Amino acid sequence: MIEALVFYVFALTAVAAGIMVISAKNPVHSVLFLILAFFNAAGLFLLLGAEFLAMLLVIVYVGAVAVLFLFVVMMLDINTTELRQGFLQYLPIGVVIGGIMAVELVLVMAGWHFAPDVSSAIGAAAPPPDQVSNTRALGDLIYTRFVYLFQASGLVLLVAMIGAITLTHRQRKGVKKQNIANQIAREDSVELKKVESGRGI
Amino acid sequence: MVDMVLALWNEFWPIVWPLVWIVIKILVIIVPLLIAVAYLTYAERKVISAMQRRKGPNVVGPLGLLQPFADGVKLFLKETIIPSGANRAVFLLAPMLTFFLALAAWAVVPFGEGLVLADINVGVLYLFAISGMGVYGILMAGWSSNSKYAFLGSLRSAAQMVSYEVSMGFVIISVLVVVGSLNLSDIVMAQKNMWFVIPLFPMAVIFFISTLAETNRHPFDLPEAEAELVTGYNVEYSAMTFALFFLGEYANMILMCGMTTILFLGGWLPPLDIAPFNLIPGPVWFALKISMLLFVFIWLRAAFPRYRYDQLMRLGWKVFLPISLGAVVVVSGVLVAFDMLPKAGV
Repeated sequence: MIEALVFYVFALTAVAAGIMVISAKNPVHSVLFLILAFFNAAGLFLLLGAEFLAMLLVIVYVGAVAVLFLFVVMMLDINTTELRQGFLQYLPIGVVIGGIMAVELVLVMAGWHFAPDVSSAIGAAAPPPDQVSNTRALGDLIYTRFVYLFQASGLVLLVAMIGAITLTHRQRKGVKKQNIANQIAREDSVELKKVESGRGI
Repeated sequence: MVDMVLALWNEFWPIVWPLVWIVIKILVIIVPLLIAVAYLTYAERKVISAMQRRKGPNVVGPLGLLQPFADGVKLFLKETIIPSGANRAVFLLAPMLTFFLALAAWAVVPFGEGLVLADINVGVLYLFAISGMGVYGILMAGWSSNSKYAFLGSLRSAAQMVSYEVSMGFVIISVLVVVGSLNLSDIVMAQKNMWFVIPLFPMAVIFFISTLAETNRHPFDLPEAEAELVTGYNVEYSAMTFALFFLGEYANMILMCGMTTILFLGGWLPPLDIAPFNLIPGPVWFALKISMLLFVFIWLRAAFPRYRYDQLMRLGWKVFLPISLGAVVVVSGVLVAFDMLPKAGV
């Protein structure tokens, strides 16, 4: 009974937070509600017994990704009244684009069918959760059966990272840089004093 | 009437009792923790004053021992001021969140063999997740205060905490590779023969320095830089809202020292498993080791000047990250080469 109660608390909060993300007037509030939604999703994972995924969700999404979101959004100077002025003007084109997306989604979903080996993979015997912790079970799968996919996703992240750095990095002239090694290696400007204890210099 | 009450009692007691029991256990952890926090502030003032050849607090009670309570009462009685330009809800939520997270992390900390509130499989990840969320309290406080000093302080703090978390994560991974489990009790028990501080000494040093940055302590206390930012993110807070930040910060210091103790100093284990040492109960050893690390925290505050911001970032990203990343490779390489990997099924 308690489990069901906890489930409804997490689920309802997650949905409510999700709605607040898109309806909150203040963008910072939106990000904070997004974080709340992530957190409740992690709670739902916990209830399913997927403790590793739950912790990963909190560490990666709440602890890192959302911090950057918040960082950026906090520094934006958004004037909501100005944004609302163009609302009617942009409404038709927004509706058209939204409509196209909806039709596409429906078309894709209607023609959706699973690859033949998926159903057998779902039915494949999973190790009983009381014998193997799910950290271990995930590791066994990712590093053996799905190792190429794992490496490929790592490569995608690497490319994204290099791309971000090349796009934003620029050489500036006339910037003073500190060479810590040189600074520590110099001898003339640092003097060691032996201070008698309880005395001061 | 009495029968009905008794029947209700019998029906609900089995449901209510576990809740009551868990609340009792939580109080047994939290009340000593808060007292420890109070006396940590006292210890800090006394130790620093001794290092600076002053007397420190010595007026309230014998040796000034009641000073923390006097401070607490003072903070209670003051008025909580909310700035008119502040975002009220977020402004009030921030200190609560900081305090809540600082306490929630203690749920998985093992104080002795079997002495733990929640002995979960992914204890290390839980601690890491909770400590990573601490940044929100600071960001929210800085943004909602609607003050430039608070905002700048919170930005610095957020960047700093996110940076040092990365190298902390790698250090934790190299410990986990040696142990083969994410459970905190298992990590402590794996140090029965040798504390990890000996084979993984460089990792322990990096971890300890990273915890300094993670808790925004000296010499990395840039978010608070009194000279430039007039104490940073909590500048607009007063009375109890300030007290919650303060308590949370110091509880986090104790927590981080506890984490270092568990990962590297053998948790509740005595230094040698022979007669005079192993007679002392585990929790006492745990507390002693934490106190030792806390002393180092305070000592560093008295001894070192503050880092400059670019130096702080350089240390995190260009020094600690490569070293700890390399160490993960070296440690796991050594374990594989000498066939010392923890066996499967543990």
